[in-house]
Amino acid sequence: MIKFQEIKKSFLVSLWFMFLTFPIMVIRVNPIEKIVEWRWKNMIIVGIGSFLLSFVWRYMLKKKEAGEKQAETDESGKTFLIHRILEERRFYIPLVTGLTIIAVAFPFIFSMYQTSIMTTALMYIVLGLGLNIVVGLAGLLDLGYVAFYAVGAYSYALLNHHFGLGFWSALPIGAVLGFIFGILLGFPVLRLRGDYLAIVTLGFGEIIRLVLENWNEFSFGPSGIANIDRPGFFGIQFSLQAATIYLYFLMIGLVIFTIVVVNRLQNSRIGRAWIALREDETACQAMGIDKTRTKLRAFALGATWAGMVGVIFVAKTTFINPASFTFLESAMILSIVVLGGMGSISGVIIGALILILLPEYLRAFSDYRMLIFGAIMVIMMVFRPQGIISNIRRTYKFNE
Amino acid sequence: MEYFLELVLGGLTRGSIYALIALGYTMVYGIIELINFAHGEIYMIGAFTALIFTSVLTLLGFNEIAVIVLASLLAVIYSSAYGYTVEKIVYKPLRHAPRLSPLISAIGMSIFLQNYVLLAQTSDFLPFPNLIPEFEFIKPYRYIISSPEIVILITTSTAMILLTFLIKFTKIGKAMRATAQDMDMAMLVGVNVNRVISITFVIGSALAALGGVLIASHVGQINFYIGFIAGIKAFTAAVLGGIGSIPGAVLGALILGLTESFATGYVSSDYEDVFAFGLLVLILIFRPAGILGRVTTKKV
Repeated sequence: MIKFQEIKKSFLVSLWFMFLTFPIMVIRVNPIEKIVEWRWKNMIIVGIGSFLLSFVWRYMLKKKEAGEKQAETDESGKTFLIHRILEERRFYIPLVTGLTIIAVAFPFIFSMYQTSIMTTALMYIVLGLGLNIVVGLAGLLDLGYVAFYAVGAYSYALLNHHFGLGFWSALPIGAVLGFIFGILLGFPVLRLRGDYLAIVTLGFGEIIRLVLENWNEFSFGPSGIANIDRPGFFGIQFSLQAATIYLYFLMIGLVIFTIVVVNRLQNSRIGRAWIALREDETACQAMGIDKTRTKLRAFALGATWAGMVGVIFVAKTTFINPASFTFLESAMILSIVVLGGMGSISGVIIGALILILLPEYLRAFSDYRMLIFGAIMVIMMVFRPQGIISNIRRTYKFNE
Repeated sequence: MEYFLELVLGGLTRGSIYALIALGYTMVYGIIELINFAHGEIYMIGAFTALIFTSVLTLLGFNEIAVIVLASLLAVIYSSAYGYTVEKIVYKPLRHAPRLSPLISAIGMSIFLQNYVLLAQTSDFLPFPNLIPEFEFIKPYRYIISSPEIVILITTSTAMILLTFLIKFTKIGKAMRATAQDMDMAMLVGVNVNRVISITFVIGSALAALGGVLIASHVGQINFYIGFIAGIKAFTAAVLGGIGSIPGAVLGALILGLTESFATGYVSSDYEDVFAFGLLVLILIFRPAGILGRVTTKKV
């Protein structure tokens, strides 16, 4: 049974939150017309909500502590269902076949609108996997990831606008420019400690956006660039419908390519160096790993994906302006990585699908989207820092 | 020359407000060695609370002085309460976690608070009443300095003197310095570290709220997003002076304020924020420890 003590605690918490949210939630003023609106209903909601949530919060904290203790005593640990599926061939093969069939049939079963949303979700999967290299593997908190996305997007938009360059030639250019910007921005800041890095990348992201907004001669300012070409296929231009499906399959291809590359990177010498660096910089240096160069590689490789997806983003919307590249975009990609599980490929994919598709299908939910993204970051970090699907590290075992 | 003087005073005003916010960053960093990403949002909530209570109190028929004092006081109280709660939710459960975890959860909290205000209030810019009356004696110098600027300069210097006194000469100040030096040792000699951390957050938030009220009444409008830019700028100030050092934060903030004032006055106002970020990047590259910070070597 719940003890009296617990109820009292929760009651106090709910009183505290009712006090805390009083001015913001209850009162709304209209300073122009001098009207004050009192919304007492909100106060009751906050009171009851925080009363119940405080039980959940304490229960989860207790469970987490118990879990930590258990993990100390029992070394073997449980493996997740998804990991078992990925390990064993008899689950793995049908799963992949099923996914392939769904992926191929998707644009022909569902409407254009659905396909377009799915393409967006796939774009975020690639962005998430790209950021995952930086944040998840190398442990560098990059809050300006959207800057590289903007670099890729604007490189295609401008090249197309001025020189009529096509999508396929712009794609590698976007990727290379992303890579170069990653090195340029990364070089001065990567010597810094984690939290400085976070702020500086945040600053860089904002600088790039502000420059795009104010430098009218270069980027056409806030009004942006319109009528950018959709991708063609060896000179053939598609209708709107065909182009949507075409982009969808392009994204499927890119997602598969990204998964393969990231997976190979993860288990390579560079990938292991990243993980070592994340765990302990000093020890890692002592093992003879060049700290700056390794970080720079992570930064630049992460930026490459953002540059590529930027090009695709422009090709999809055919319009671009700086408003698409705010900090909230970086925050969204970061919450995908955090929710899915830092360093885990399958986690990031699931995280992106949840966070992008859910707000699209639950319209009521979409106003609260950023609120929930923020809450997810806090809750995941407090209760489950490893994400939905935690990454399992490669281990070597001796069989005696 | 007059234009120059105007820019200097404008820069000092700007800088002293950045200093109020920067102190919160630097104090928290001094103790738990983490950047409180939600600090800008605390400042924004302070400004909003002040706006809400000014309107309510004016409608209830309080006189002007009472409205100013009560609204500022309530803003400070509420911001402190928010700062305290943020610490309890975001930082306390993660005290022994890897550094990345509290960083991400604080960013999450910052996004959460922004959108909480956006949804509960409005996304538009709200006009903020000018709380500070025009002084008679300032009239002859109006072209150089305005009375809000004088009030801001006086309030911030008083707040800073009080803070210095608190940290240097009181018992809790001593406990704070001890915790900043070595948390475990402070615990061993009987300092209630959790309480010290809470108090640090409360003081930092109170100062941020003060800054919020002053700048909002000076600028004349607020919205839910003001905390983001102000937070980054105050952080720049804290890093410029050497994060963890209190006089450093004030010095850094004044330098930043003057730089911005001159840059917008003589170069271009479109890139106001770019100058601040550019300055931040330059310091971090050439002198990451800041002006007054010490270069520490990490022991293994």
